[in-house]
Amino acid sequence: MGYDINLIFKIIGIGILVGVAHYVLKNSGKEDYAVIATLGGLGIVLIWVVQLLGGFFDQVRSVFKLF
Amino acid sequence: MEIMQIVGLGIVAAVLAVTIRHNKPEMAMLLSMATGIILFMLVLGKIGSVIDVLRDLASRANLNMVYLGTILKIVAIAYIADFGAQICRDAGEGAVASKIEFAAKVLILVLAVPIMIAVLQSLLKLVP
Repeated sequence: MGYDINLIFKIIGIGILVGVAHYVLKNSGKEDYAVIATLGGLGIVLIWVVQLLGGFFDQVRSVFKLF
Repeated sequence: MEIMQIVGLGIVAAVLAVTIRHNKPEMAMLLSMATGIILFMLVLGKIGSVIDVLRDLASRANLNMVYLGTILKIVAIAYIADFGAQICRDAGEGAVASKIEFAAKVLILVLAVPIMIAVLQSLLKLVP
């Protein structure tokens, strides 16, 4: 049963980083870059979470012996 | 004592999610989703050992394995659908959550129909 607590800290790190980048870029007048930074961070985290979800479904399938 | 790990992980994740919910609500939702998946994975092994015991009991009682497989499938559908529906409801999408629950109910009904038919047939055998 592999589980990685580090993923939670990675997600929160990306969240804080993207929040700060959004704030700085918005205050320096680059609204479009701020939106791109937010979307990029969201995409990275979404890829991680979807991979985790896929592993979780595989594990459920093997525990309940569903095919 | 795995409960210590689980409670600690849950509290840390809740504090972090509250910290970030103020300016990045979508990141907080993904964080709570990842936490839920990790917590579920922590207890999945225990569920697996319980299922092994149930399977052993069923084979000792000469039960038809098809019925146990159906029941396990129904339990898995219920767990996963409840998980997804709660995540959607946390994100404020109550309508999507209701649809997930509806779909899970339909799928469980489809799985349960053969068992119902078997019960009815055995009843018909009893009636002369």
